[in-house]
Amino acid sequence: MSTELALFIMLSTVAVASALGMLFSRNAVYAALFLILNFATVAVFYLILSAPFIALAQVTVYAGAIMVLFLFVIMLLGAEQTGRTPTVWWIQPLALVLGVILLIESAYLVFTQRGSLPNPEGVPALYGAPKLVGETLFTQYVLPFEVTSILLLVGMIGAIVLTQRKARGKMDDS
Amino acid sequence: MLPVSYYIGLSAVLFTIGAVGVLIRRNAIVIFMSIELMLNAANLAFVSYARVHGAISGQIFVFFVMAVAAAEVAVGLALIVTIFNTKQSIDVDQMNALKG
Repeated sequence: MSTELALFIMLSTVAVASALGMLFSRNAVYAALFLILNFATVAVFYLILSAPFIALAQVTVYAGAIMVLFLFVIMLLGAEQTGRTPTVWWIQPLALVLGVILLIESAYLVFTQRGSLPNPEGVPALYGAPKLVGETLFTQYVLPFEVTSILLLVGMIGAIVLTQRKARGKMDDS
Repeated sequence: MLPVSYYIGLSAVLFTIGAVGVLIRRNAIVIFMSIELMLNAANLAFVSYARVHGAISGQIFVFFVMAVAAAEVAVGLALIVTIFNTKQSIDVDQMNALKG
């Protein structure tokens, strides 16, 4: 148990530090790299919580595909430097105060109401295994799965249509 | 397993950092990354409660959240590229016109 606690403390330190690094780094590429580190540590948390399929999907989909897309767009636009202060001066202090309030509220809720759930004695056999996840996905949740595929298709078409602006603008001008 | 409040507390901290990031950063791409951080914190809460209840449905829902996040990022980054082509900037303070 103590090794698990030590592992949790180390990993959560890395996760929070990388999130803060993303928040405060001036360079957008560094922010993306910090976020990849954060996603990797959260994937390890998923492994600890006996969700190996979700952990691997996190690494491939989030840390792999989505963040590569982010880095690609950052380098495509050449918008790495982000060091401008907002035009309204009171936004940053107000945001920090609101963030502290949100943290206090959620900590209150966690430690007074929902945090006292009893620990399970043991997980069921095969819990979180890709076989069980696949069976549930293709029997009980097959309709949301198909809707998700339509959503991804719409997202793909939307991205293509939105970035084709120049060609369509030429047609409009002529 | 550690008490679930540890994981939920970490999830709350990550969500708060993401929310503060949305509020204080002016770069649209970094704002998008903060939204991804918040989605990730919500996923962590889902997986920890699914582990406590021994229910697989929480992990299935995390899978759907990842798919929706992927679609959202594709469309959102296309929007950012379009805005950059129009205004030569992705500073959200300069996006103050309804008509591009």
